[in-house]
Amino acid sequence: MSITPGGICKPGTTISNKTGGWRNFRPIYDYDKCTKCKLCELLCPDMSVLEREDGYYDFDYDYCKGCGLCANECPVDAIEMILEEK
Amino acid sequence: MKELLSPGHTACPACCDTMIAKFTLRALGEDCIIISPTGCLEVTTSAFPTSSWNVPWIHSLFENAGAVASGIEAALKAMNKKEDTKVVVLAGDGGTLDIGIRSISGAFERGHDIIYICIDNEAYMNTGVQRSGATPFNATTTTSPSGKVSFGNPLPKKNMPAIMNAHGAPYVATATLAYPKDFMKKVKKAGSIEGPTYIHAHAPCTTGWGFDTSKTVEIGKLAVQTALWPLYEIENGTITSVKKVKNKKPVEEYLRMQKRFKHLFTKEGGEEEIAKIQKIADENIDIFGLQ
Repeated sequence: MSITPGGICKPGTTISNKTGGWRNFRPIYDYDKCTKCKLCELLCPDMSVLEREDGYYDFDYDYCKGCGLCANECPVDAIEMILEEK
Repeated sequence: MKELLSPGHTACPACCDTMIAKFTLRALGEDCIIISPTGCLEVTTSAFPTSSWNVPWIHSLFENAGAVASGIEAALKAMNKKEDTKVVVLAGDGGTLDIGIRSISGAFERGHDIIYICIDNEAYMNTGVQRSGATPFNATTTTSPSGKVSFGNPLPKKNMPAIMNAHGAPYVATATLAYPKDFMKKVKKAGSIEGPTYIHAHAPCTTGWGFDTSKTVEIGKLAVQTALWPLYEIENGTITSVKKVKNKKPVEEYLRMQKRFKHLFTKEGGEEEIAKIQKIADENIDIFGLQ
């Protein structure tokens, strides 16, 4: 691997590193409870909460590390963490 | 909305650094240049040959983030390209309070138009949780371990916002990732003010402090609710706003959730040490008029 002058890298290229494999627990939405308050989307440190056309959200399991922050903070308990099974 | 920080970075689950970086970019938008001295944020977002950043970003050394930011700002001005571009430092507490303080002091003395954000997770997390000037009293780190003769870090936390205020900075504020809207409001305000501005942000670190990854925000809120982390803004030397603490909680509630304070609950004499920490919180209430 050669190093570019100045060590310059292209923007946003860490997306090649799919960190979803780190996950022990998987967040699941209960859309009956979700109020679309956007808190999970704002807080997610891995940018793994993606807005859908209907205003609800989906998790991006390619990158979600399963930290559980969204589930802990959700004001209406609409996110459940379940054990990953492989 | 285009996300300016990409996933795939190698930060721990529930990392405080990436949350603060994300909030900063959401507050400022695309037109900014970020400088990150050595630290977790730098290491986890720039594994060569990749980068998580979708804005111009440069890695400086631990000790020269202030100088690099000064140089970028001065160059933009010299080329008549400054306009609304924000020059922003996102640094850790070690790079700010200890190793970088000289170059930051110079940048603020010269009055460069920069925003300096210190992500304070209260120790050198990237190298293995060594004590920094930001480590709070009685916290265990690998270089200030609790044991038979010690309750952990014996020294008080350095008051960095006061040091930056003493430089005559037009805007100095404390913030926390636990109240992201308040944090983003302060970043926007710092961006709207000409001259060097400083934001000191509380950043609970799951790995270094020892708590479950889901609790990052909860612990951040507790620091504010116990008055151990007062939220205030200083404009031109005068405190202009504080977040009042309603129904103040005892410091035990904050300390008990973190392994770095575990010895205070298991070791003989711990109660007196907790009382000393409570006194720090009580003093904050008096100093900043939090109630």
